[in-house]
Parts: sequence; C-alpha cells; structure tokens
Amino acid sequence: MLVYRIISAVIYLILGGIVAGLLAGIDRKLSARLQGRRGPSVLQPFYDVAKLFSKETLALNHGQFVIAFSFLLLIVFTGVLFFAGVDILLVFLALSTAAMFLVFAATSSNSAMSTMGAQREMMQMLAYEPMVLITAVGFYMSTQIMNGGEGSFKIIDIATGDLPSIVYLPGIFLGFLFILTIKFRKSPFDISTSHHAHQELVKGVTTDLSGRNLGMIEIAHWYENTFLLGVVALFFLSNDWWSIPLAVGAAALVYFIETIIDNVSARVKWELMVKLAWGVTIVCGGLNLLVLEYIF
Amino acid sequence: MYSLKKGMAMELYIALLIIFPFLAAIVQAFVKNNTVRKISVYISSAAIITATIIFAVLNFGKEQSFIPTDFMLGGFDIIGTVNYGMLIVEFILMGIITYLSFKYKKYYAALLSIVQTCFVAWLELSGNAHAVNEYLFCDNLTLILCLMIAVVGGLICVYAVGYLKDYHHHHGAEVKDRRSFFCAMLFVFLGAMFGIVFSANLIWMYFFWEITSVVSFLLIGYTKTKEAVDNSFRALWMNLLGGVGFAIAIGYAALKLHIFNLADLVASKDPVIVIPLICLALAALTKSAQLPFSRWLMGAMVAPTPSSALLHSATMVKAGIYLLIRIAPAMTGNLVGLTVALIGGFTFFVASIRAIIHTDGKKVLAYSTISNLGLIVACCGVGIDETIWAAIFLMMFHCVSKSLLFQTVGSVEHTTGSRNIEDMHGLIKRYPALAIAMTIGIAGMYLAPFGMLISKWSALQAFVDAGNIILVLLLAFGSATTLFYWTKWISKLLAYARPTIRRKDTTSLDQWISIGGHTVMMVALCLVFPFLSNSLVNPIVNSLYGIDNFKPVLSDENLFILVLMIIILALVIVAGFVITRLVKTKQTSVYMSGIDTGDERHYVGAFDEERTMYHANWYLSDMIGTDRLMNVATAIAAAGLIIGAVLTIGGVL
Amino acid sequence: MAKITKSPWLLHYDGSSCNGCDIEVLACLTPVYDVERFGIINTGNPKHADIFLVTGGINEKNKAVVKQLYDQMPEPKVVVAVGICACNGGVFKDAYNIIGGVDKAIPVDVYVPGCAARPEAIIDGVVKALGVLDEKQKAFKEAKKKKGV
Repeated sequence: MLVYRIISAVIYLILGGIVAGLLAGIDRKLSARLQGRRGPSVLQPFYDVAKLFSKETLALNHGQFVIAFSFLLLIVFTGVLFFAGVDILLVFLALSTAAMFLVFAATSSNSAMSTMGAQREMMQMLAYEPMVLITAVGFYMSTQIMNGGEGSFKIIDIATGDLPSIVYLPGIFLGFLFILTIKFRKSPFDISTSHHAHQELVKGVTTDLSGRNLGMIEIAHWYENTFLLGVVALFFLSNDWWSIPLAVGAAALVYFIETIIDNVSARVKWELMVKLAWGVTIVCGGLNLLVLEYIF
Repeated sequence: MYSLKKGMAMELYIALLIIFPFLAAIVQAFVKNNTVRKISVYISSAAIITATIIFAVLNFGKEQSFIPTDFMLGGFDIIGTVNYGMLIVEFILMGIITYLSFKYKKYYAALLSIVQTCFVAWLELSGNAHAVNEYLFCDNLTLILCLMIAVVGGLICVYAVGYLKDYHHHHGAEVKDRRSFFCAMLFVFLGAMFGIVFSANLIWMYFFWEITSVVSFLLIGYTKTKEAVDNSFRALWMNLLGGVGFAIAIGYAALKLHIFNLADLVASKDPVIVIPLICLALAALTKSAQLPFSRWLMGAMVAPTPSSALLHSATMVKAGIYLLIRIAPAMTGNLVGLTVALIGGFTFFVASIRAIIHTDGKKVLAYSTISNLGLIVACCGVGIDETIWAAIFLMMFHCVSKSLLFQTVGSVEHTTGSRNIEDMHGLIKRYPALAIAMTIGIAGMYLAPFGMLISKWSALQAFVDAGNIILVLLLAFGSATTLFYWTKWISKLLAYARPTIRRKDTTSLDQWISIGGHTVMMVALCLVFPFLSNSLVNPIVNSLYGIDNFKPVLSDENLFILVLMIIILALVIVAGFVITRLVKTKQTSVYMSGIDTGDERHYVGAFDEERTMYHANWYLSDMIGTDRLMNVATAIAAAGLIIGAVLTIGGVL
Repeated sequence: MAKITKSPWLLHYDGSSCNGCDIEVLACLTPVYDVERFGIINTGNPKHADIFLVTGGINEKNKAVVKQLYDQMPEPKVVVAVGICACNGGVFKDAYNIIGGVDKAIPVDVYVPGCAARPEAIIDGVVKALGVLDEKQKAFKEAKKKKGV
C-alpha cells in the first residue's frame, strides 16, 4: 500500500501542475467558445507562465520572493500529502496555512490594491473554511458507518471504503462544490483576484507581483486546483475498480460545471458571498452531519 | 513512621513553594527603592522558577500521591493552626472587600463576600469540614500547572519591573506610583496559584481561589480611575458569584455526602454529585470568563499589561480550566458536562467573532483568550480522555503564546505610543525583534504546524468521536473567524512599509529577558510536542480515567509530518532570505494608478495636491460591530446555564 | 525558449482621448475580433503587462502618470500609440494643455494612426509591436547573459 501511496504522490508532484495547467487552458478555450470566440491555444497558460519567468522581476521588497516561494512550496506540499493518502484534516490545515502566505504576499507590499485584495482573500477564507473542516468530518463519519464504528481521517481509508463516500455525503458534496467556486476564484466569487480584465481592484492580491514571483503564484494555483479536484474525486472513490474512472469523470464534470458557472454569473459583493457560503455550509453540511450522527 | 517522614519531606517542599511567594510579596510591599526592587524581584523569580523546576524533575512521572497530613509536630497541631490562620485571612479579605465596596458604593460585592465567607467559616467552625486527613497532593497535572505558573509567572514578574518603570514614565502624574503594591500582588498571586493546584481539600482550594479573585480585583483597580474601579468591581462580583458556587459545592459535599476532597468527589458514584459539580462548574466558568460572565475579562484590560498577561490570560483564568479538568471524568456524558461543553463551544464561537471588530491589540487578545478558554472548556465538558488530552495541550500552548503576545503588545505600546493594530503597520521594518516575537506568538496561536492548531485539530477529532455535532459546527465556524482576525494582524506586522518615523526601541532588558524566554519556550514546546505527549500528558489522562493505554488521537505519522512541516517552513524562510540577498532584484514602487508621489504613502489628487493614502484592515464593524450581538449571546448563554443547572438539580432531587 | 510573443499582456491607458479609440480597443476583445486567440490579455496592471497601449494625447497632468506606469512595467516592454492623438496630439494638438503625442513622455515603438483607429489597425499595430517585443526580448537575454558572465 505504501508503494502505491508514494507513487501517487510522485505522480502528483510531476503531473499535478501540468494537468491543471491544461485544464486552465481548456477552461479558457471553453469560455471563449461559450462566448462565440475562437479563444487562445489550450497551451496558453504554459506560454504565459514561461513568459513570466523569462521576464524581468520587479519587486517591492525582499519579502515578496520568500513569501511567494513559501506559498508555492506549501501548496505543493499539501497536494503531495493529499495524494500520499495521509490524514485529511492535516491536509486541510496545511492548505489554510498555505493560503495565508498568499495574503502575506499581498500585504507585504504596502499597496492599496494588493491590501484590498488581501482583505477580500481573507473574507474568502472566512467563507469557505467552515465547509472545508466539515467536509473532513463528513469523510470521517462516512468511514465510521462503512467500517461499523471505527472511523478514520486517513485519505487512504476514505478512498478504499466499500462504497463511494458520496452515498453518505450528498449534502456535504453540494456544500463543497459551492465553496469550490470560491477556491477556484471563479465568478461569482472571484472577489480577491480574477482572470478577467477590468476589475475594480486591478488584479487584487497579485497586483504588485511581477515576473518570477507572479509565475510561482500561478503554478501554485495549478497545483492547488489539481488538489481540489482530487478532493472532489475522493467523494467517488471506493475499493472497486470502476470507482476510479467514475471519480475522474466526476472531477472533470465538476470542472466543466465551474467553467459554465464562471461564464453565466456576475460577481457578487463579499457580504453576500459570506452569507451564502455560511448558509450553504449550515444547511448542506450541518444537516448532512446530523443525519449521519442520528440516523445511521 | 517511615511513610510519615517521606511524606513530610515532600509536604515541606510543597509548603515552601506555596509560602515563598507570599514572603516575597511581603518583601516587595516594603521595597520603595527601584534598584532594590529590581534585584529582589529577579532573585525571587529565579528562586521560584528554580525551585519549581527541581520539584518537577524530582517528582516527574510519579503516580498521583496524596500526602497524609494528620500529624503533630512536637505536640503542635500544624494543620489545625493553618486552618485557623486561613479563616482569619478569609475574614480579612472579606473586610477589605466590604470596606472598598462601601467606599465606592458597590454594596452587592460586599453582600456576596459576606455570605460566602460566613458560610464557609460556619462549616469549618461547626466541625463539619474536618473529617479529612489529606490536604495536599501532587500529580503530573499539578506539575504542569506549577511549571506554567512558575516559569511564565516568574518571567512576567521580571517583565513587570521594566514595564512599570516605563508605565509611570508615560503616565506621569495621572496615575499614582504604587509599584511596590503591584509587585507584591503579583507574588501573592503566584503563591495563591500554587495553593490552588496543590490543594486536595476543597476548603483549601476555595481559600486560594478567593485570594486570586481579590488580587485580580485589586490589580484591575490599580490606576483608580473611574473606569478601572467600575471594571474591577464587575470582575469582583462575577468572581465572587463563582465563589458562592464554590462555597455551596463545598457545603453540599460536606453536609450531604461527607466528602471533603476534590478527588473523592469525582470518584463518588452517588448520582447527586452533579449538584456540587454544577456549582463547581459555575465557579470555573466565572473564573475562566465564559459567557455569560465574559465581560469582566474585557474590563480587566484597563490594568497594566503584566497583570493582563499573568492573571487575565496566562494563569489565573486557567484556574477555572484546572478545576474543570479535575472534575471532567465525573462530567462525562451527563447534563453538567453537556451544559459546560455547549457554553464553552458557544463562547469560542461568539468571542472569536467579536475579536474581529477590535483594533485595540489588547482587546483582540482578550477576546481571543475568552475564545480559546471556551474551546478548552468545551473539551473538559465533553470529558472523554481524548478531549482532556487536547485540553491540557491547549492550556499549555495558550499560556505561553498569550503571555508572549501580551508582553510584546505592552512593549510595542511603550515604544510606539500605541497598541492599535493599525499602528503596527510595517513593524517588521521598524522594530524587527519585537515584530518577530509577536509573529511567533500569533503563529503559535493558530498556524499549522504550531501547537495550538494541533490541539485544536485533535479537539475536533475528539468532538466527532464523542458524537457532539453542535460542537463540531461551532468549532468549524469559530476556526474560520479565528483565522481571520489573526491573519489580518500578522499581515499588518509583516508589511514591508518604508518607515516614516523611526524611534528608538525603548524595550528594556527586563522586558527582553521575559519576551525572549517566552519566544524560546514557544518554539521549544512545538518541537518537543511528541515527547511531552508521551511522557507527561498521556500519564495524566491515564490516571484521571483509571486506564493504562491512552493513545492520543494524533498518530505518529501525523506528528512526523508536522515536524517535517516545521523544518520545511524554517528552511524555506532561511533559504529564501539568503537567495534574495544574493540575487539582485530591481526595486520598484507600488502600483497606485500611476499617481504615487514616490514614497508609497501619498498620491496626487485631482487638484494636483498631495494627498495621504491610508489603508486599513477590515473590521466588519457595520456587520457585527454592534453590542447587540454580545448582549444576545450573553442572554442565550445565561439561559442555557440556568436551564442546564435547573435540569441537573431537578433531575436528581 | 519562452516566446514572449505567444503571451503578450496589455496595459491600456487612456490619456486625454475622446474615448473613440478606447471603444475600438475594447472592440478588439469582442467575438468579432477576439484578440485573446493570440494570447492577448488586457491586464490593466503595468507590473503584469508587456505592451503599453496608450490612446489620446499627453497633457501636463498625465505626463507623470504615463511615465510612472511605463517605469513600473518589467523589461522587455513595448509602447503602442493608438490613434492620431496618441501619435502627435491630433485635433487637440494646439489646445493649451496638450503637450503632444505619447512620445513626448516615453519612447514609442509603434504608431497606429486613425481617428478613431480601426480595430483591424489596432490589431495590426499590436502584431507589429510583437515583432519589436521579440527583438527586445533577445536583447534583454543577451544583456542578462553578459551580466551573468
């Protein structure tokens, strides 16, 4: 088992960025087609990042590089932990620590745009964090039911249950999809930074990063996205072979849905985002947990 | 005869630990010269820390031991005399409270004090409370508390010397210089805390408990301004209310159950023990500033910072936690436990929301204290072995990092003239050492892989195991809000703003000794975490629950990954700084729509004039800034507490 | 070898234009012209941009702004002046506050005349600028290498 875990972690390390980079390219292509445009090449995200690394890096201070690099490393570390199948709570905690570094990267600059973006990024964290923890708890309780008492937070145990966890966690899955839009920084929740032009905060958290520093943040986002899709896939994994194509298909479908949501919705205010996210968390996540605790 | 001698040696040591701080306090009360005070505080603190460490090493890992104390020394009844002595002191305390209550026309405090003191005195004098032969005891939990009190407390006393000098320098004529009194009170407090943790007997514990309440009251009123006096009386009446609860618990246990010892009470199988338990829980909730009694702790922030650090965050409020941990095995699965757990969880959530709206560093720290205490209280209320493990670790980490944070805020306030978080913008550039100490303290409070978060994580896991979904939800939401207020604080500290005014760092050596000591402790605690768990905390849980195979919820694999994470983070930051020094990166200015005047602080306005730019953190004051939130929460908690108590008492009567 | 020409990001700045050219610049992003197929993104941020696209002439007040924005762009970078006003001041040339074209403030690489410049012309200009950008990237790399040695 350990061998498989190491292999999957190594595969993530090598392919995690590439997969999400391609997905980002497909996302842009798809968005363009939805809008009746031709759109850029599917490899466009790679061209962009390669260009960023070839350009001159203008920095405001020495801290920016350190923080951006820490962000990248922690995100990759988080993903590696996830694909190595360790404790899912540990993975989520590492993720929130990593997310903190993006905020620090922005606030280290004394710039109005970045600072405002950072505040919004923190609001996003405030909005999605409860659901993330509840997702972990939901996985634990589903393994509890499947194993008849003994629960486990270990991803490897969650992924090899008798049934896909989604059977027990439909509400939590919905809640997770909701916050996934925030984590992917997709409209209507692309509040702290956005890939679309003409927003009131320029580029939000990444405004004052350039060249190599921005490139690292971009790669980190790729790794983060692969990891998040991995969590989606985890809902569908069980000890049957067919669960693997099912999980991959589900993750792909979710990504597709996110792209469509991105294209059909307008950005909301952060107050609404927090209220919606918390409401969905309580209704979908909380109810699901209560049902698991008192009915099963 | 042999056991008596052996017991005596240990007892004398314990007695010395308790009595020495009181002696040091008497010395402090009469020292008027600053240099003499400095030297005597250093010596006393060093003595207390050394003595406690030696004591801890000698008794490390030993089983819980009760010390028989029904002996006479050359025909002289020591215990009897001590008991009478305590009674006299209690009446003196009552006298002080009554006098001050009448002086400031706050009669209710006097009433509460008189009622409980007379009740306990009657209990003792009527002979109802003396069928006991164990007064003192010591186990691993006691040792941990002792180390916390001695090391953190001792360092804070040292800090206080330097701080108070600055304090009176800043406040000049408006505050009367009562430094002797202040230092004396700190040492009295240390002695009382030792007393609480070493007492096996409820009446002794109650005695020391009351002393801490009074010390806290006197220190909050240090400046004697109207605000300080009002706040001090609020703290007093709430703590005295808890004291009344304590007294009722003692009376009920003694008269109905003939139990005089805390351990016997917890071990008792009689269903009516829930009545003394809920009374003790009331005492603990007031002491630990849980809702609906949280307001006294906010008021306590008017006191000088060392007392905020020592009493109102690091140690005194932990007395409530200590009591709850002791009675936790008896609260498992009953209504008392449920009430305490829900109040704790609710407090954790509400206080962490409240912490968002404040710009005053000390207020944020105070709300964060209430919030974290709430989490620990919730752990105790659930009362299973896993949550107690988490509670003990939360208590240790919180003690060190909060004390560190209070002290750094105090020093920053004296250096920059403000403790407003907004004014700490770019502190890393202006006062790097202070900023780093503060950052470590905050990281210790909430970031993975540091201690608080590990403990919080195992608390979450334990709540799920205990099947308490409400607590899981409260913890999930409370963690998010906690994340928010700490992140925005750190992000202010780490802003690389070009400093405008550069003042000299006026933090004195006394303060640095303490801050440095705390920082080192904070980092060390994180690194020796697995060791602490195996050798110190697991045995405590085993002995509290009478089991011998407790395993913490965190597996070795997870601990290994956490250590790995610490190492990676440290390496990255060090390597990053080296790389940035080597690679020349072109510097630029911030993007400000092209109208930056060049210093990142001003921009060109529409009429070609220079305007100042100012950006602040978000405090969400329009969303949650009203007092209504706190009032509603207090009402809900009060209702919950009353319903819980009524149901508990009604259930067994 | 990372080709900068495959991912040119734009910064669009409106000097003192009548908004005619700005509308046309935005038109380039619409489905009809779809410049994103070349990888072009309108970033609105000098620190991310490779191409500085200026419409309208330079006046006393925006001269410093244009200069600051230009300085905040990382090397290699090119400037495209879109519309006759950006080229030499256009009809506003003699206005009391107008200094002239963009080249009065910063070095311009490509001039796209027109009033307003048509989207096709703008795209042509940007593509021409890409050639310049390519040259500049090569020079930048050479300089970097030399520095390294």
